Amino acid sequence: MIYRESGDFSTTYQQDSQTFPIRFDRYRYYVVLVIAFAIVPFVINDYWVNAVFLPFLIYSIAAIGLNILVGYCGQVSLGTGGFMAVGAYACYKLMTGFPDINIFFHIIISGGITAAVCVLFGLPSLRIKGFYLAVATLAAQFFLVWLFNRVGWFYNYSASGQINAPERLVFGVPVTGAETAPWAAYLFCLVFTVVCALAARNMTRGMQGRQWMAIRDMDIAAEIIGVNPLKAKLSAFAVSGFFVGLSGALFFAVYLGAVEVGEVFGINKSFLVLFMVIIGGLGSIFGSFAGAAFLVLLPVFLKNVLVGGMGWPTDLVEHLQFMIVGAMIIVFLILEPHGLAQLWRVAKEKLRLWPFPH
Amino acid sequence: MLDTTEGYTTEDGRKIGGVVMEMKNITLRFGGVVAIKDISFDIREGEIRAIIGPNGAGKSSMLNVISGFYHPQEGEVWYKGEKRPVMKPYQVARQGIARTFQNIALFEGMTVLDNVMTGRIRQMKAGLFAQSIWKGKAEQEETENREFVEKIIDFLEIQHIRKTPVGRLPYGLKKRVELARALAAEPSILLLDEPMAGMNVEEKEDMSRFVLDVNDEFGTTTVLIEHDMGVVMDLSDRVVVMDYGQKIGDGTPDEVRNNQAVIDAYLGVSHD
Repeated sequence: MIYRESGDFSTTYQQDSQTFPIRFDRYRYYVVLVIAFAIVPFVINDYWVNAVFLPFLIYSIAAIGLNILVGYCGQVSLGTGGFMAVGAYACYKLMTGFPDINIFFHIIISGGITAAVCVLFGLPSLRIKGFYLAVATLAAQFFLVWLFNRVGWFYNYSASGQINAPERLVFGVPVTGAETAPWAAYLFCLVFTVVCALAARNMTRGMQGRQWMAIRDMDIAAEIIGVNPLKAKLSAFAVSGFFVGLSGALFFAVYLGAVEVGEVFGINKSFLVLFMVIIGGLGSIFGSFAGAAFLVLLPVFLKNVLVGGMGWPTDLVEHLQFMIVGAMIIVFLILEPHGLAQLWRVAKEKLRLWPFPH
Repeated sequence: MLDTTEGYTTEDGRKIGGVVMEMKNITLRFGGVVAIKDISFDIREGEIRAIIGPNGAGKSSMLNVISGFYHPQEGEVWYKGEKRPVMKPYQVARQGIARTFQNIALFEGMTVLDNVMTGRIRQMKAGLFAQSIWKGKAEQEETENREFVEKIIDFLEIQHIRKTPVGRLPYGLKKRVELARALAAEPSILLLDEPMAGMNVEEKEDMSRFVLDVNDEFGTTTVLIEHDMGVVMDLSDRVVVMDYGQKIGDGTPDEVRNNQAVIDAYLGVSHD
């Protein structure tokens, strides 16, 4: 009843191509933004920020980045962990090398550096597709982790081989380091997430997104109607790399503070982000958020309910979590390749007719 | 024979201009197989040019040569008075040559509107950064091109399926969407590879009407491959006939119809 486009007519093409064509959607989106910016920072505590909000926001950026590559452009990548590591180490080197520059720019530049690395490893995509490309990006994953482990310059020759984020301020408020207030870290990440999501949405609804999707759906036809496959594929790798790099930098600098590359940015991370994209929905920005939220919240939920509430042993719950995620991946791949986003879309279709389906 | 330099006027009063594309002694080989053997013909501005021939005659290969997908071993393609260098297909497309495919090659996951908008790639130039901001150049460009695309959508009568993903459409409509995508590019030459293949009579009539209307309305030069002789003879201004990779006839439908070599090719004469 409340959710329908009746009485909502687009009278211009601008209105027709906006992100939320239905008024109710648009208002809901504004409300979410207002709550996220104006209310949440005042009520959250350390536990909520570190267990839920920061990982959700940061993984959302990574998932959007990977979704652009896999969901929109159809180029499978298993190198996300490695590319996040590039973002993290680039950010570390910039933070320690140029301490006078604002951390904000460090993170943006880290994204740019990751984009360049990602394009480099995306070059094989011009020749190979599908599984073979996935293997090629897997090489990136292992090579990059090895590189950051072995070459001392990247971790400033520290004895532990770890990188630690020094304290950096934005508008006089620390956002990295031990003194960071929960709300500051949260807001800092939120800004990046919102801007990334908007930029991704704008790119994917315009000509760039159409070129990517054309390459995904039928690359030969795309080339014949004038899409330059080289540019389309590499731009997808670049944009994806930029977002993944941002998320890696935030993950290291704001969320963890200290990183040991093999542990944090290993192959598991690549799979985790890929699962977010698959469960959330390939080719959907909303799906990236949904997938990230799901995989971040699931462990928290299980831990609180099963360990905290019912007193089950922790290792059992952890294994249960593996099983649930594994089963979900299989179910989604078989039954709903477009993921949670598609379920949401179907629910909306139903809601339009509710409560009178006929 | 027709005059080779000046244009002419058809019986129904359409103006046909000068030569816009000329194929000179094209030979295309795949290993030992000669798909096209020393073929020359020209395409005039505003005409409907048909390429016909039995199966395996090399018609689609010819179209692929024109659209830059195959590169002939010998011969030259002259476009708008200039010799065309070896080009990638997307570069050819950006010169204003659009095509449809024998087996539909639409982007199944995208809506009809997005498919047709993709055809406007030649006209949309906003960079990645401008697009990520959207407001300003990208939005303005999107709106301008959307207006043109809506004209095409109206013209081909596919308004009602604008927002439907292409994968869900029936065959006949898909063919029409593909034509819309090619037209959206405002091509100077439109290549149609069997636009009526697999259609029933009614759909064929619709499609024929669209091909004629497009030619009338936009003056689009059209190159057409088709097996239905009735359609070809009715639609086209001039016809090239191919058989076993060779050109065996070239002229108006009437000339071709009375050409002994063409009759032999279609009725079957032992090649010895």
